[in-house]
Amino acid sequence: MLSTNLILLIPFLPLFSFVMIAMFGKKSFPQLCGILGTLCVLVSCALSITLAWQYFTVAGKVGAAYQAINIPIKTNWLQLSPTLSIDMGIMLDPISVMMIVVVTLISSMVHFYSLGYMKGETRYAVFYSFLGLFTFSMLGLVLSTNIFQMYIFWELVGVSSFLLIGFYFDKPSAVAASKKAFIVTRFADLGFLIGILILSFYSGTLDFQTLIANLTKPTSQLQNITTASFLGISALQWGLTLVFMGGAGKSAMFPLHIWLPDAMEGPTPVSALIHAATMVVAGVYLVARLFPVFAISCPPALEIVAWVGITSSFIAAIIACTQTDIKRVLAYSTMSQIGYMMFSLGVSRYGGENGLGFMASMFHLFTHAMFKALLFLGAGSVIHYVHSNEMKDMGGLRKFMPLTHITFLVACLAIAGIPPFAGFFSKEEILQAAFHSNMTIFVIAILTAALTAFYMFRLYFSIFWNKDYHAHHSADAHSEHHHGEAPVTMLIPLIILGLFSVVAGFLPFSKFVTSDGLPLDTVFNPVFSIAPVVLALTGIFIAFAMYKKPSDAPQKVSNGLRGLYGAAYHKFYIDELYIFVTKKVVFNLVGRPAAWIDRNIVDGFMNLLAVIAEFLALIIRPFQSGRMQQYAVLFFTGVLAFILIFIFWWN
Amino acid sequence: MGNIGLIHVLILSSALFFIGIYGFLTRRNLITMLMALELILNAVNINFIAFNKYLFADKLDGLFFTIFIITIAAAEASVAIAIIINIYRKYHTLDVEEVDTMKF
Repeated sequence: MLSTNLILLIPFLPLFSFVMIAMFGKKSFPQLCGILGTLCVLVSCALSITLAWQYFTVAGKVGAAYQAINIPIKTNWLQLSPTLSIDMGIMLDPISVMMIVVVTLISSMVHFYSLGYMKGETRYAVFYSFLGLFTFSMLGLVLSTNIFQMYIFWELVGVSSFLLIGFYFDKPSAVAASKKAFIVTRFADLGFLIGILILSFYSGTLDFQTLIANLTKPTSQLQNITTASFLGISALQWGLTLVFMGGAGKSAMFPLHIWLPDAMEGPTPVSALIHAATMVVAGVYLVARLFPVFAISCPPALEIVAWVGITSSFIAAIIACTQTDIKRVLAYSTMSQIGYMMFSLGVSRYGGENGLGFMASMFHLFTHAMFKALLFLGAGSVIHYVHSNEMKDMGGLRKFMPLTHITFLVACLAIAGIPPFAGFFSKEEILQAAFHSNMTIFVIAILTAALTAFYMFRLYFSIFWNKDYHAHHSADAHSEHHHGEAPVTMLIPLIILGLFSVVAGFLPFSKFVTSDGLPLDTVFNPVFSIAPVVLALTGIFIAFAMYKKPSDAPQKVSNGLRGLYGAAYHKFYIDELYIFVTKKVVFNLVGRPAAWIDRNIVDGFMNLLAVIAEFLALIIRPFQSGRMQQYAVLFFTGVLAFILIFIFWWN
Repeated sequence: MGNIGLIHVLILSSALFFIGIYGFLTRRNLITMLMALELILNAVNINFIAFNKYLFADKLDGLFFTIFIITIAAAEASVAIAIIINIYRKYHTLDVEEVDTMKF
């Protein structure tokens, strides 16, 4: 096992890089900022891989099961009462160890990639400092021992995401997107906070392990929280549902998903890091963290997780088929895949075979991080070259960017679930888990899988095949890299992530990360996987037929499905619905009366006080006339009066 | 006429004192007011001297105080005149009624 100090370095190296670059980097070593940040995260990545290796081979095992280790540090940070305190610490258990590997790996790839992508940006140093802050917050979040510590880092993640989405702050759309992301996730976090308060109030603790122990075993706390009820629903279910609301906000689950597509205004590496691989899975991680409570004590809350997950997954897949901005397509595919992870958690139960969904969800989280980061970085290379996000400006790029083309294809195959790429294995596990628990969810999931294959390959064919690429823009604008790939610093991460997307599926994941820590034997069932793979291949084939060559087939299909297509193109009018609800309903029914009360009653009271004060002042004012001799008269009269009084008294 | 006693001197000093007060309260010219102030101070001086001579002839405290007061009156007069000169420069008048910037 690594020493305490080395484990501490994992989250604190990115923090160090943030502080150094933010304080000194911009002035003292602007060119070296990227290298400093990248080095810090690379070291942190190496440390976490070592830690994971040691944890899974030796240190974590107690008997047959993997145990949570609360060492190396746990300090009492804020003592609220003799029994309740907020502790800061590091908890190592299978999911957090898995997550730090994912976060540091993707983060180091993105740091490395940005050396090329962000080169020449005026706010290059600032960008790297924000990346460091984000990595630190995310690592702090996954390593938390305490639900309140998690909440603190949760908000830090929100802030760094806000900063990075709004990185191009001179673009009004980026500013609007960053505000939207922040407000929507903050709104969800309100639920999270209330959920934390409910859970900790009844369980009497904020510590994850104690909380889970108190709420899963038949204790008096569990008795209290299940009997206390509000609106006919037990406090436990309220608490868990509200906590899940926070998770749904961060993970862009329906109906709190509206910020994710807009968040694509940030630089593309940021989209890869935050909005694909790490931050958005925080919600999944949160549910997984409290999974024993969900699964053992409150299955109805888990039902909600499942249905929200599958709904988001399906809706996002439909919307993704109609979008033309390549980053938006990827954003919706992210939402769809996160929905997959969510419903997989939702259909799972605790322990043994029943915990298959939990394991599958974590597995999908792991593989998805690899290929989704790859997709975004690939899209970044394309955008870097074409200088546009729109599909119509692309086409035929395979001749110009062979390496990007290959890695993008690998990632598309992986996300579509074609064997033997990574996504196939994790998706199979998820579908199996759904198949064994809920048929409706299974059918929707398998349809979503087919849609996923379709829209990913629609994207792939539109970028790399379709029409021949001509430089639509003025040729001199990017003549220096006209016949070539992106710089080497951008290609290396693509290759590394491409390799991971191929091999990650072969990891014996079920031996390591399961709901109860015990290794789980999964049976690979070739007959079962026929249907999903065939459906995925059908999706790919349809995409091939429609988008391989320029044709009017897509136009015909969209005309044929006019209503559905229009609705999906406009994201099912959910944004408009939000605007209607906020502007028309909330502003008119809540905002205006509140403003009226504020203006007339609150302000009125203050004005009344001011009027009284002014009136009193008018009475007192003549005393200070500025006429000195009047003062002197008063003074002498006073003195005389005193003298007379004293003379009376003395006698 | 008998000897001049304490009571005579006290009558003189209180006359002087109230003349000073009257001058201070009625005059509008700053310089005249300053002069009235000096009268008040000198009334006090006379009191000190008289009490010292008639009641405590073996002590010198009254004389010392008088000398102190004369010194302080000189210092006070110089400060007051400096202020008056500045006021004159700023307002071009010595009328105390005109100098009312500090009121509300």
